Amino acid sequence: MNKHIKVLGMAAFAGAFSATAMADSLTVVSWGGAYTASQKSAYHDPWTKKTGDTIVNVDKAQAGLAGLRAQVEAGNVTWDLVDMLPSEAQIACDEGLVDIINHDQDLAASPDGVAPSKDFIAGSLSECFVPQIVYSNIIAFNTTMFSGKQPSTMKDVFDLKGFPGKRSLQKKPINNLEWALMADGVPTDKVYDMLRTEEGVNRAFAKLDTIKDNVIWWEEGAQPPQLLADKEVAFASGYNGRIFNAQVNEKQPFQIIWDAQVFEIDGWVVPKGKMSKVKAYLSFATDTQRLADQAKYISYGPARVSSAALVSTHATTGIDMKPHMPTYGPNFKTALHKNDEFWADHLDELTERFNAWLAR
Amino acid sequence: MTGLAATSGNDLTTADGVPLKVSLSRAQRRNKIKAVLLVAPLFLFLLVAFILPIFDMLLRSIDSAEVVTHMPNTVRAISTWNGEGVPEEAVFAAAAQDLAAGSRARTIGKVASRLNYEIGGMRSLIMKTARKAKKLESGPYKAALIGMDKRWAKTDVWQLIKRESGSYTLSYYLAAVDHKYAADGSIEAKPENLQIYVNLFFRTMWMSGLITLLALLLGYPVAFLLATLPMRQSNLLMILVLLPFWTSLLVRTTTWIAILQSQGVLNDLAVWAGLITDENRLQLIYNKTGTVIAMTHILLPFMVLPLYSVMKTIPPTYMRAARSLGATGFTAFRRVYFPQTLSGIGAGSILVFILSIGYYITPALVGGQSGRFITNFVAYHMQQSLNWGLAAAIGSLLLATVIVFYLLYNRLVGVDNMKLG
Repeated sequence: MNKHIKVLGMAAFAGAFSATAMADSLTVVSWGGAYTASQKSAYHDPWTKKTGDTIVNVDKAQAGLAGLRAQVEAGNVTWDLVDMLPSEAQIACDEGLVDIINHDQDLAASPDGVAPSKDFIAGSLSECFVPQIVYSNIIAFNTTMFSGKQPSTMKDVFDLKGFPGKRSLQKKPINNLEWALMADGVPTDKVYDMLRTEEGVNRAFAKLDTIKDNVIWWEEGAQPPQLLADKEVAFASGYNGRIFNAQVNEKQPFQIIWDAQVFEIDGWVVPKGKMSKVKAYLSFATDTQRLADQAKYISYGPARVSSAALVSTHATTGIDMKPHMPTYGPNFKTALHKNDEFWADHLDELTERFNAWLAR
Repeated sequence: MTGLAATSGNDLTTADGVPLKVSLSRAQRRNKIKAVLLVAPLFLFLLVAFILPIFDMLLRSIDSAEVVTHMPNTVRAISTWNGEGVPEEAVFAAAAQDLAAGSRARTIGKVASRLNYEIGGMRSLIMKTARKAKKLESGPYKAALIGMDKRWAKTDVWQLIKRESGSYTLSYYLAAVDHKYAADGSIEAKPENLQIYVNLFFRTMWMSGLITLLALLLGYPVAFLLATLPMRQSNLLMILVLLPFWTSLLVRTTTWIAILQSQGVLNDLAVWAGLITDENRLQLIYNKTGTVIAMTHILLPFMVLPLYSVMKTIPPTYMRAARSLGATGFTAFRRVYFPQTLSGIGAGSILVFILSIGYYITPALVGGQSGRFITNFVAYHMQQSLNWGLAAAIGSLLLATVIVFYLLYNRLVGVDNMKLG
């Protein structure tokens, strides 16, 4: 009885997450906005042209793990491929919600024959996960808000006297705690060691306290560029691709502070039982050319080493994409790699503390 | 009744000789079956879409089957442990066996997620050990596990596993009221910097109360006008009430963002009129003010419509009679008109109040950090943290609160007096 009720309840919940899938169509879950648009141009449209399959985009990656869990528990998986961050992909993998990927067998080799397991950025592949891009969490500012000296470091973001104005940060402990410590002078390679201690967390919150009254918290990736454009805030944290999109396609006077950028990878997982259905598409969408093509539309670095050489210019404006990539030399000097294991372990408790801190 | 015929003997019978009683009960049974069949679709719908999910939610808020299902040997072995120091070898052996099996079957992640809600870091402890345990072939397991990660030598890790080894748990409810189990199994308050839900419950209550009050103050005169103006004007007014009601919730909420934000219409007007200076723009959104303003507007029709339908039924002659008997306008309103609208006030208020404690989109968009409701955390735990047990516990407490308010209302006003139209 108990079990039946659960399945029914889950089915109702899964219904909210599912999209109608037709026989020869793939339901692909991603992040929406400029990012989904870049995937559509680089992977989906060429695939549709090649095979005739239609691809249905669902912008539910924000709740991707929740949706997957609901669908698998209800025994009715309607998603075929899900875009996910590695920390969530690991949880999905551990809980058996996604299929295991045999990288060298299931994916395409590079044009000069390098096996996928050697071609993707070192350490980015995992049991159930194929990376697509390297993206970065950065802080950007509206250049028209500062008449004199322009900010350039993470310290400046926390400097209300030197650079007055509101800040917009994501309503999550992730990135904010790292930035607070780096702005407080903690070297990049000591950040996560520090956050593992009570004193380190206290220190991060104490630093955040200094700007708390001037922060507007955002939750959707589309918000920060909007808040910056409205001059509602002087600084906003965001995904570098969205800020790039506003800079280039909407001609907004934004500038990215690359100092203390927190970068990570993003990629695909295959929901349980869908491997045979999506194998061909997955191999196509993660081959060297496709990943390089995506960089024409959005400033995220391709996750394959062999794609890097093929990165060229922006599709519509023709500007050189390389200086806009998180991995570009000068941008990368003080970059911090987000520690997925740390966040998989401590997200629950630090989010609780973060929310309590916010409510105070 | 045409079949009713004269009697033969003592019993009344119909024309075909069936006793009247039997015939009547047959006819009544047919009617009953018809009535049940008519109601059945709705009843089934409510059962599947409403009652079962609520039942499921209540179950989930206490369900804790992860550990006992996926680590059965450990649960059996640990039941004899007295909770002090570190368990004996047999428990470690069982744990190593369960972890290895769970890692192969890819089910151990559920245990890791479950235990990580209680102590941060349990996820990596379980997952790492499980991966390595697959390669363990023989004991002693105690030394082997502690060698893999020294946290296995900690008492509280094992106390947690022992405590969560039942099929049901109260820990979600404890978390929902900012409490937790202490190491010795007693219940204690969480440290102050982790307390959050109780305050949010109270904030949700008093802000919903405020929204209800504001909606009543704004809605009462509107409903009065609607009910008393001539048809032509009142129809126009009715459209003004209904048009926003038919507009998408998101549109109305984002409109308030455009109006209230610090570079928004209202602030621009105030600066232009010289009421405030450009540097001192008012923060009217992303805080409690934003939530109260936007939600009062959005819920206003739910106050106006029940009030209107009640006021419409009050004959204007009553007021006239009161005035002709010497009452002033105010007295006539207070003693004659107002008491007759109480049922509308009750209906509108409980409707607005219950809707507003369940709202989460508007507070999420305009509430900032201080204007969020408890429901935003239900959504957060459903979609982001995936702690569905805690979401269910908070939801169940919210359900209980609504029921308490409803019963209070029933006691004070009486549900029979509620008029929705």
